[in-house]
Amino acid sequence: MTTQVRTEPITVNLGPQHPSTHGVFRMRVTFDGEEIIDVEPIFGYLHRGSEKLAEERTYVQVVTLTDRMDYVGSMLNNQAYMLAVEKLAGVEPSPRGVWLRMIASELQRIASHLVAVGFLIQDLGAWGTPLIYTMREREKILDLFEMLCGARITNSYLRPGGVFMDAPEEFWPAMNAVLDELPPRIDDLDDLLTDNDIIFSRTKGVSVLTPEQMLDASITGPMLRAAGVDWDLRHRDPYDYYDQVTFERPLHTAGDNFARYWVRVQEMRESIKIVRQCEKLIEPGPVRPDHDDVPWLLRPPVGDAYAAIEHSKGELGFYLVSDGSISPYRCHVRAPSLINLTLLREMLVGELLADMFVSFGSVDINMGEVDR
Amino acid sequence: MNPAFLDNSLFRNIYCYLAGSSDSCAERGYDTTLLPAGFEWLAFAITAFLIINIVINAGLGAVVVYIWGERRILGRIQNRTGPNRWGPFGSLTSVADAIKTLFKEDIVPDEADRWLFNLAPILMVFPVLSVLAVIPFGVGTFVVDLNIGILFVIAITSMSGISVVLASWASGNRIAIFAGMRSVAMLISYEIPMALSLIGVLMLAGSMSLGKIVDAQDIPFILVQPLGLFVFLIAAQAETSRTPFDLIEAESELAAGYLNDYSSMKFGIFFLAEFLATIVASMLIVTLFLGGWRGWDPIPSQIWFAGKTVLVLLFIMWMRFSWPRLRVDQILSLAWKGLFELTLINIFVTAILIAIWPDPGITELLIMSAINWVVFFISIWLVSKLLRPGDYTAPAPRTDRPTYPVATDELPDEVAYTGGTTR
Repeated sequence: MTTQVRTEPITVNLGPQHPSTHGVFRMRVTFDGEEIIDVEPIFGYLHRGSEKLAEERTYVQVVTLTDRMDYVGSMLNNQAYMLAVEKLAGVEPSPRGVWLRMIASELQRIASHLVAVGFLIQDLGAWGTPLIYTMREREKILDLFEMLCGARITNSYLRPGGVFMDAPEEFWPAMNAVLDELPPRIDDLDDLLTDNDIIFSRTKGVSVLTPEQMLDASITGPMLRAAGVDWDLRHRDPYDYYDQVTFERPLHTAGDNFARYWVRVQEMRESIKIVRQCEKLIEPGPVRPDHDDVPWLLRPPVGDAYAAIEHSKGELGFYLVSDGSISPYRCHVRAPSLINLTLLREMLVGELLADMFVSFGSVDINMGEVDR
Repeated sequence: MNPAFLDNSLFRNIYCYLAGSSDSCAERGYDTTLLPAGFEWLAFAITAFLIINIVINAGLGAVVVYIWGERRILGRIQNRTGPNRWGPFGSLTSVADAIKTLFKEDIVPDEADRWLFNLAPILMVFPVLSVLAVIPFGVGTFVVDLNIGILFVIAITSMSGISVVLASWASGNRIAIFAGMRSVAMLISYEIPMALSLIGVLMLAGSMSLGKIVDAQDIPFILVQPLGLFVFLIAAQAETSRTPFDLIEAESELAAGYLNDYSSMKFGIFFLAEFLATIVASMLIVTLFLGGWRGWDPIPSQIWFAGKTVLVLLFIMWMRFSWPRLRVDQILSLAWKGLFELTLINIFVTAILIAIWPDPGITELLIMSAINWVVFFISIWLVSKLLRPGDYTAPAPRTDRPTYPVATDELPDEVAYTGGTTR
């Protein structure tokens, strides 16, 4: 005799108030047992209208808005925006300012990856210990930012043509101390986490995305490199002085959660190398062009410009349209967090509830940037 | 009254102080007569009430101290201070938390089944407190020495699974139902290796009574039964749902699992039961494998017992704070493909050794332990080989670039963006 047990899918609302949604993200998920059969992402809970607000502000004032988009990558946001402004206004940046912002953005990339890795382990269910280890290292980098510009998270350090303030004398030894401390800490992280059987078995082969899928969805950044596509704007389309520094581009072929995690850990090491080279190449000089050439109140000629950088999360682009006035006519942000989320359904369907937030965390999104 | 109760020194002292005229007390040299003859039943009732209160309150006090200790140690492990505001070294933090929990609003959701919702916390804490009754805390310091002690422990702790299911079902919360499904799968699976891992100890001691097991440990059974301890430690972690196995209240997945809709002291009772279960599990490990209260003389046996319990607790905390959680299928495959086989190997080997040396002395026990450790390492190696997640064949070194066409061929090296034009 066979008995048929009638089962039915169960729909659960996860978020916006949930400990692992990295902000205020909401997913309406349909489960069959523990298996996910449908996901409907719902976002917009943190929409602040940054792009619209930019139309009401001068070009320099918009820098503060970019800080608040991806608040774990403020320096990188500043850099992308400044490249767009410089392209739009035809500003020739001063070399020392460019080197300083490269240093700042590479340090920010390390900090951002530390956050991503730490929270991925947190999503895997560790009791906060690895997260606090990574946060401790990030804290040192934030201290460096405090020396550079007085702020730790929302830096607003960059200005058209460079940065607003030269690094103080005591910054360089402090930075070297941090750079000396970081590689052994990353090795510790490798020992504790990468070789850990639990982490490996939880992340290996989960939420695999193929290169074709990701290129179709224009996903960029560590997610794409984890599937073996050698696409890094610092190498493909060098902005600033990235053509003068050498660095490796870590690639993995698996395209699963572990590969995404692995690529981020390796990229931290490469960023350290880049900062060390920048420190050697930097020369004394003004950190931004003269006020007569580049005034605070920029009036770029009528036109449009798009500039993109390799953000820690992917390609971050700013598209600015100028009508010749003191504020942008239109500002659009190509936010990697939002675009990397587009394949969320493909990643999650067929996986288990336990892996859901791990996959979600491995995308490394920031709700401030998704909703803007 | 069962005269066996008088083996318990605390019981004897209180009871015979009240009713010294009774025969069993007079034999032992007591001569106080607080209560007249014929009132032995009252003396028994008062004594039992007092002892039950002492044990329960000591257990709850231990939880308060343990929560504080765990927070301090968690702080140290995580490179921070931990609680340090209330009392010396923050020792009153748990008390403050308990008071805060008491004063919270007690919410019963509309969807909830009110009776079952209120019953679940009681069912959770009751079995854990009951286990305290059979644990020998020191020489003559126990409530009762049941001759089926281990059976009692295993039987009564399996009730906690029922209470988790009740709580999750009665909440009427979908997330809690996931926790209920998981608890059914996990708690019931781990009952089996947990029970089987103790059979080796039973065979060596020849008794189910926890007191007799401690008496039998001329050398601690950790040496003779490494495999049993290994399995029991893991299974106890799973049964108390501590972190590598905390599927049921997986914070990063299910928010709080079955605790989602509980507030105020009902939540507090669940919390308390969970921590008390951890302490009880460590006490059982100490009793069964680490020689219980046995130690060297100048230090009282109760201190030995407490010290060993703290050591086991520290080990459990260390595990808890270092490792991420396993997935539900991995946890079940660990139970059925790993631990279950290990217990069978353990029972088999121990049975053969007992057949060779039916009444082992210390020399025989040492020989047995040598054989058992060899078996331990071989079987752990075999099982970990079976369960290991495998490896990537080649994790893409820089020299060996993937030959995905879009990555290397079709995309141009230089990408020209059409920005920067001036109209």
